[in-house]
Amino acid sequence: MMEPIARWFKWLSSTHGLNYSVFFDNYDQTLFLKGLQTTIFLSLACIFLSIMVGLIGAWLQGSRLRAARIGTAMFVQFFRNTPPLVQLAFFYYAVSSLLPTLTDQFGAQAPIINNLGWAIISFSLFAGAFNIEIFRSGIEAVPTAMTEAAESLGYTRFQIYRIVVVPIAFRICLPSLGNNLVNLVKTTTLAYAIGVPELLYASAQIWSEAMNVREMMVLLLITYVALVAVLVGLMQRWERSLRIPGYIA
Amino acid sequence: MKALPPNSLPVLLTPTRPALEPLPAFTTFVQSRALAIILVGGFILSCGISAALSAGATQPQPSILDVLLKWAPLIGGGFLFNIAVSIASMAIGTLSGVLLGLGQISPSRPIAKISWFLTQFFRNSPWLVLLFFVMFLLPFELKLGSLTLPLPAWFKAIIGLALPVMANVAEIVRGGIKSIPFSQWESAESLAFSRRQILWQIILPQAFKRMIPPWMNLYAILTMATTLISVVGIQDSMTLTKAALVAEGRLDLYLPFYTMLLLMFFAYCYPIARLTQSLERRVAVKF
Amino acid sequence: MLGQPLIEIDHVEKSFHNTVVLRDISMKITKGECACIIGPSGSGKSTLLRCINALVPVSRGSIIVDGIQVNDPNLDKLALRRKVGIVFQQYNLFPHKTAIQNIAMAPINVLGRPKEESYERARQLLAKVKLSEKADAYPGELSGGQQQRVAIARSLAMNPLVMLFDEVTAALDPETKKEVLFTIRDLAAEGMTCILVTHEMGFASEVADHVYFTDGGMIVESGTPTDIFKAAQNDRTRAFLSQVL
Repeated sequence: MMEPIARWFKWLSSTHGLNYSVFFDNYDQTLFLKGLQTTIFLSLACIFLSIMVGLIGAWLQGSRLRAARIGTAMFVQFFRNTPPLVQLAFFYYAVSSLLPTLTDQFGAQAPIINNLGWAIISFSLFAGAFNIEIFRSGIEAVPTAMTEAAESLGYTRFQIYRIVVVPIAFRICLPSLGNNLVNLVKTTTLAYAIGVPELLYASAQIWSEAMNVREMMVLLLITYVALVAVLVGLMQRWERSLRIPGYIA
Repeated sequence: MKALPPNSLPVLLTPTRPALEPLPAFTTFVQSRALAIILVGGFILSCGISAALSAGATQPQPSILDVLLKWAPLIGGGFLFNIAVSIASMAIGTLSGVLLGLGQISPSRPIAKISWFLTQFFRNSPWLVLLFFVMFLLPFELKLGSLTLPLPAWFKAIIGLALPVMANVAEIVRGGIKSIPFSQWESAESLAFSRRQILWQIILPQAFKRMIPPWMNLYAILTMATTLISVVGIQDSMTLTKAALVAEGRLDLYLPFYTMLLLMFFAYCYPIARLTQSLERRVAVKF
Repeated sequence: MLGQPLIEIDHVEKSFHNTVVLRDISMKITKGECACIIGPSGSGKSTLLRCINALVPVSRGSIIVDGIQVNDPNLDKLALRRKVGIVFQQYNLFPHKTAIQNIAMAPINVLGRPKEESYERARQLLAKVKLSEKADAYPGELSGGQQQRVAIARSLAMNPLVMLFDEVTAALDPETKKEVLFTIRDLAAEGMTCILVTHEMGFASEVADHVYFTDGGMIVESGTPTDIFKAAQNDRTRAFLSQVL
């Protein structure tokens, strides 16, 4: 099935000089697809962890402990107002220099967390800081009348949270959460800077050998826009499936 | 529930759909005091951790603070370059973005469609990829007839960062115009204003106030994104920090140096974020 | 009108920060009685209802509902709220649950009743408020009056001894108002103990056994509907009634 496509791109390359080697060169194709795979894995891992960070942070911000609230607020402000690239370098070079190393099977010293690991940690905290704010304002947007009604029916605090506040707050949050997750997917390209073989890194490897920067650039942009489009589509579908008839949040 | 103003979240991608209320975050606590706590506290902590770890060093070496002070002016200069790039990119991105945003509401369908497509495309592409795109694909010089203009790398970088800014500004402009009730258009039309007059004399003056907070937000994001130019080989504060660390060759310096760099950006971006928030609140009250 | 009062409010005071909302309120309500509280806005009527349900703690005085001391710091709120149902001005239905779910969920979650039984009872209650065909509609798909009747059914599902109605028709248009008032009238006629805060004077004079006129956080005058509406003693009561009637 791939054969005619490969043949067509080969023809395009020989007659028009448009070298989309990814479609007919096995080596380049593997590199590109591995990169894509890494980007998708990185994105999914960060999406999951950043939502966890967001939930924990939002919970801590509602805590009765003043120290927990202040600590969370500082965390949020710090990660929101510093460059994600410097955060990544901070973790990958500075924090990892403080951690002990492991001896690998060949007797060499290897860090406990590799570059992919640090990228996941760094981006999850970065996007998580935004998620904390998103969840918190979603919870605040639930009208107090709603919690009061639940209270008058005899629900406990935890029940009110679980049955009334969270389901409504989540629906209010969803558009903002979607935007932040799209943003996160775009941010994964920064992992290039610490040599994580994600899509941008793989593409750079390809174009430096095949000398097809222009073609790879176009392909890269299209791939990212497509990835984002898929995520946006999924989020919208999710939003639709959660939509309550007649309810305007 | 209250109507949700668009573009209130500080994301690289400005929301297409209404985002949440302007975040009234941390009214209880974060004042300028917090800024000071984070700046001083973070710094001392990182120096302390590093000093503790290097305490066992055998050879006498200059203290962490001395080394930091030695390099601080150079890295600070690099940081000023980041700021300069951010201002230039913002200026170019804003001008082109306003045009693109107005293009999206143009009565000419092709112009509106093309503007919409460009906006979506540049908004949804990663900033770093767009930067690569411009760095590699713009020629190193531009020939205009007999005139040859060199295009230095820093200039290309400014353009590369201006592209996503343009798309986001376009979205802010479009959102701002859309946020003005349609009845304003109708009543102006009934008073025989022309389309151009309605836009410039009635709609934009009202929309302008709402566009300022997301625009400032975008500027803070851009400032943080200027560090990306280090990835494409332009010397900025990030590059200089790395260079300084390589020159010193001491593991215990990594933490204080990167902390210093983070705090430089924090000291610049956090006040902007605060100002944005207070403006957002004021706009929210007025409407 | 004899027998032990079901609700006994004794010298209740309530202030928020420095604003006094209720000062020295006392009333006794017996089983099966329908009491109406009338008075100008901001006279603390809604606050009083919220105090009875322990949504708002009282500052001083005592409230006893069927033997439960509401102002007790160790109050078992769950036990109290099983006995007291409240319906709000803004309906406050849960927007993400259908009408029947709104009614059935509290008995299931709070009282631990079996699902089937709760839904069966919810269906009966929906029929009672004449909304059987709207069982699977979400609140957003119902009119204000319909939502309010679901809200009444939701409170009734807890089998309360007393129902509190907090200006339940204030947000409704005249047509839908009627549906809700009929529902409440039927309830009162069946012998449900009701306390209503209302601006519907005609309705109050029709269904109430006892009318309280409040102003400035105090009970200015109370008595039978005839006493209050036909032969008010106090100048403030007369002034108020001449404005609204």
